[in-house]
Amino acid sequence: MTAFAKHFAYEFRSGTRNPSLLLMNYLFPLGFYLMMALIMTQINPAFKETMVPAMAIFGALSSAVLGLPGTLVAARDTGIFRSYKINSVPAFSIVAIPVVTTVFQVLVVTALITITAPLFKGTLPAHWVNFALVTAVMAFSFSAMGALIGVVSTDSRYTVLYSQLIFLPSALLGGLMMPMDILPASMQRISALLPATQAMQAFEGLGLGRQAALDPWTSLLILSASGLLAFALAIYLFSWDSRNTSQRGHPALAILALAPCLAGAFLL
Amino acid sequence: MRETVLAVKDLCKVYGNVVALDGISLEVQQGEIYGLLGPNGAGKTTALECVEGIRRADSGSIDVLGVDPSRQPRKLYDLIGVQLQTSGLPDCMRVDEAMGIFCAYHGVAARYELLERLGLAEKRHSQYRALSTGQQRRLSLALAVAHQPPLLLMDEPTAGLDVESRTELHQMMLELKEGGTTIILATHDMAEAEKMAGRVSILVGGRIVATGTPRELTTAGSGLTKVSVRSEQSVLGNDGVAFPAVSQCALKEGYAIYYSTDPAPTVSAILGYLDAQNDRLIDLRVERPSLEERFLEITQMGGAQ
Repeated sequence: MTAFAKHFAYEFRSGTRNPSLLLMNYLFPLGFYLMMALIMTQINPAFKETMVPAMAIFGALSSAVLGLPGTLVAARDTGIFRSYKINSVPAFSIVAIPVVTTVFQVLVVTALITITAPLFKGTLPAHWVNFALVTAVMAFSFSAMGALIGVVSTDSRYTVLYSQLIFLPSALLGGLMMPMDILPASMQRISALLPATQAMQAFEGLGLGRQAALDPWTSLLILSASGLLAFALAIYLFSWDSRNTSQRGHPALAILALAPCLAGAFLL
Repeated sequence: MRETVLAVKDLCKVYGNVVALDGISLEVQQGEIYGLLGPNGAGKTTALECVEGIRRADSGSIDVLGVDPSRQPRKLYDLIGVQLQTSGLPDCMRVDEAMGIFCAYHGVAARYELLERLGLAEKRHSQYRALSTGQQRRLSLALAVAHQPPLLLMDEPTAGLDVESRTELHQMMLELKEGGTTIILATHDMAEAEKMAGRVSILVGGRIVATGTPRELTTAGSGLTKVSVRSEQSVLGNDGVAFPAVSQCALKEGYAIYYSTDPAPTVSAILGYLDAQNDRLIDLRVERPSLEERFLEITQMGGAQ
């Protein structure tokens, strides 16, 4: 446990030391939050009601889906994983530590957003325990997906592609900018495939105490299942070395992580 | 009799159509420095990576103090220390953090004194990206030996090092050897192998084509000894005189150079000739072929010994 704790402490510090992680973990989501809080609340006053969860989800997407995978790919390509392997670092730690670290980074950003939201007349959670629970589940689920993207990406070009396939639809259709129920029915089904939508529904129903388009506990369950599947697949598909192509399974298996969301879309 | 630390038998590894290792076998005894020499692509790094458990061999066996690297990787990494040819640490990991984390994973106390020993004390709080190539190599060595493994594998350890760092590294290798550590040294540097290694294997095309001490390897070659002579009047080399046992002669930088199969009568005859010509000897050198010359001889023959 000491080794895991020391490794985690280093990874957490690297979130501010590494310029690209600093950008994705803090500067980009908090900068975007400030912009949205100053501008979007003027354009659309209703946004104040969902600003806190929407910006928390955006922060999680930025850290976990845009930031985390690239660091894993770069570490594998530059031989860092080989160094870890010969120094007895287990594969589990290499996948789990960035996930746990990103969860903590997301919690910090969510806390900063929640604390400052009243400055912009943002609605605070009605049920704090539920809000914390959904935040933790969302942070883990997105971080596990980020780790899975990093594990299955053969190089940084694929990382960008896979990350954007999750990030862009999530930001546009996940209920962050506009409520899910104003989307056309067909788009609602597509939206329900996105983990961000499930997170938003869980936040709205459980954290804010509002009427959600989907059953919030089902959404939370789907999010948890996706996260656990993604984490297990990331461990299973992990490879130490980009030059040593032997893998335990085909990278396409990663799509299985979205199976709970797919099931959710049918339940809609 | 010393313990066998590493036993490799009939090791084969193929990448597509390329045979990287073609049935190599070797045994390394406790406390020796064993050199692996070979041109680029000879299979040195692949052989080491199979021993390190980074790659899995297609066939053959590897035994590191009773441990099979492909089956018991966790046990293996307590027994070996590795300085990889191409390895890295995260750019923003500090030197002391690397030592603390890796020692913790090995289950030993962090050995910060090694950083001082390897001239990294002032860089203890520096991030990896701020280190020079030489400092990164020294850190890699410090991490490799921190858990005091009985077997140390070093792949081109002095590549990119300045003369001072190279000397320090050699000194440390000798100290480790004195302490009982077995070292496998893969290198392009013949002088380094000749100076450091007790035994050497030369790999060509994935096969071991010669094994022995550097002296055994060099004397097993053409057997020619180089006799270089410089005299005041430079009468040698220009006069067409033949000396006993000499097979070749050349002039270079004021020296007459003779390649002799039996240097004693050659030297004796040269000195007698100089005396007869009233020429005075300035410099006389008798040199056995270097490992480098023997290496070139073997590799130019494509390893067909």
